[in-house]
Amino acid sequence: MTDRLTARFAACKADNRAALVTFTMAGDPDFATASALLHALPAAGADVIELGMPFSDPMADGPAIQLAGQRALAAGQTLARTLEMVRGFRKADDTTPIVLMGYYNPVYVYGVERFVTEAKAAGVDGLIVVDLPPEMDDELCLPALKAGIAFIRLATPTTDDKRLPAVLTNTSGFVYYVSITGITGAATPDFDKVGTAVARIKRHTDLPVAVGFGVKTPEHAAAIARGADGVVVGSALVDLVRGSLADGKATDKTVPAVIGLVSALAGAMRTTRRSL
Amino acid sequence: MNAPDKPNSYRSGPDERGFFGLFGGRFVAETLMPVILELEAAYAVARTDPTFARQMTEMGKTYIGRPSPLYYAERITAALGGAKVYFKRDELNHTGAHKVNNVLGQILLALRMGKKRIIAETGAGQHGVATATLCARYGLQCVVYMGAVDVERQKPNVFRMKMLGAEVVPVQSGSRTLKDAMNEALRDWVTNVETTFYCIGTVAGPHPYPAMVRDFQSVIGVETRAQMLEAEGRLPDSLVAAIGGGSNAIGLFHPFLDDPGIEIYGVEAAGHGLNSGAHAASLTGGRPGVLHGNRTYLLMDGDGQITDAHSISAGLDYPGIGPEHSFLHDVKRVTYVSATDTEALEAFQFCSKLEGIIPALEPSHALAYLMKLAPQKPKDHLMVMNLCGRGDKDIFTVAEHLGGM
Repeated sequence: MTDRLTARFAACKADNRAALVTFTMAGDPDFATASALLHALPAAGADVIELGMPFSDPMADGPAIQLAGQRALAAGQTLARTLEMVRGFRKADDTTPIVLMGYYNPVYVYGVERFVTEAKAAGVDGLIVVDLPPEMDDELCLPALKAGIAFIRLATPTTDDKRLPAVLTNTSGFVYYVSITGITGAATPDFDKVGTAVARIKRHTDLPVAVGFGVKTPEHAAAIARGADGVVVGSALVDLVRGSLADGKATDKTVPAVIGLVSALAGAMRTTRRSL
Repeated sequence: MNAPDKPNSYRSGPDERGFFGLFGGRFVAETLMPVILELEAAYAVARTDPTFARQMTEMGKTYIGRPSPLYYAERITAALGGAKVYFKRDELNHTGAHKVNNVLGQILLALRMGKKRIIAETGAGQHGVATATLCARYGLQCVVYMGAVDVERQKPNVFRMKMLGAEVVPVQSGSRTLKDAMNEALRDWVTNVETTFYCIGTVAGPHPYPAMVRDFQSVIGVETRAQMLEAEGRLPDSLVAAIGGGSNAIGLFHPFLDDPGIEIYGVEAAGHGLNSGAHAASLTGGRPGVLHGNRTYLLMDGDGQITDAHSISAGLDYPGIGPEHSFLHDVKRVTYVSATDTEALEAFQFCSKLEGIIPALEPSHALAYLMKLAPQKPKDHLMVMNLCGRGDKDIFTVAEHLGGM
């Protein structure tokens, strides 16, 4: 049921490389620019696309993603328009997996049943909802799975072996290992510890393990790619969106700036053989 | 929405998953789940440990000054011409508000858990001051997150916290008030989860906070029961308290929830008025949603984005409310009403002039509603209002609004 995600991670594995998972914010800095960026990501080397659903109070995010969400909301982004963005993307690309990432409240207010139905129809492959731990699975995780959408859980350095099975139950698509205790875009992880942690998670699951939080440069991505099935880069990309703006508006540099880093990340990761 | 069936007891919540009916729960990032489970386990042990109870009682008595008096407000009673009005004087506590009752409990718990670094969010600064105070008393590191707007309008409390050795971090994100301070405190906690205890100031956040903070604040209602029985030989007829997150209110209300004859009123901040869009009345003007670890009534737009609250009172300026209040609202056990900035300012002056008590702007909202309610009641009606904070911190705000007095 996680067709595109499973296929894409399997293809990367067959290539003996880690998947590049990019995070950008839907509607940042405006709907048209964010859509153009979304369409350009696969050709630049993004294997899996995480698309942020902006929220006014992103408790687990650092300043870069907080600001990206604020820009998107200021430009009129809504959950309905995020689904519209996915529908637009699917007309051109039916193979690159899209995972929506955000917080529960906008989904809850939209209506869980309505959301999972429309998201599935739009071509959404998975969900990452930061503030829904396994204890809250009946809220959205189980309805999403029932609708055929993967529910991707975050595992963190605080998720010990005792808790891991609970976190992995009902997780599908892939496991997102948060490499630091902290908010997005914060400290750079200790690469040795990351490899050990991924190995620990892999003892509990056959799902691919992608690593994120604090990955900023092609060198970071390559270092992590050696020991993981996927590398997630987010804050560094949305920071480039911010840096490209003039008076808060998109410029002709916005899409190329982000695409430039995505290409560099993909290049570094494609020359990195995995040691898994 | 449909009200759930009337429960056998209004005091039995939350369930083991932290829900009061639809409300509450644990909506937090995975990083925090292990520490929240650890906290829940530690609190479950502490709450039945006689040593912990003895520490709470002893420190409550000798450090906070409990029990706080139950005071017959004779001149206000005469001026309003109706119910016999009593104030529960929690503004006389050390640090000047009810907040310290909860902080004492959480700091003693942090010590049991071996946590040396305490973080807190604060709105009016009363919770921040109480936290800084007990951290000083027990030699703990203290970091307080406070919205930059609140830092500006509650300067005396910022100075107090700094004097007590706390680091005060002005929060510049969002509306730069209490909700943003809570976001930033949660970000700190996620980052420093191993060493840090998050001392939440109200009956909100992920389970077990709403229940734990309520338990620590219930001393207010427990004392009120005994004091009213002593003063009048019977229980009160009505209770009134202001509500931001709702900790002083639940502290007064909870021990009385199962006494059927007692009317209970929670007073939210109506800011410039409920129709103005600039208010902090989550129950009257909001809808159920999920924020800061729990499901509760929230102020938000049609897309589920949290909107800014407004109140002249920094302590009530929050777009949510504790989940147990949302439950008590839906089952209609508590009547939730509101008072505007202007009404609170009138009540502030009324109390200062008639009783020689300068109340904080937060309980001034409760008093504003009491001023409408008491005249409708007979003279033998016993009404208790929680005077949960003193107004010293608010004199500059009030002076600004009243043109320098």
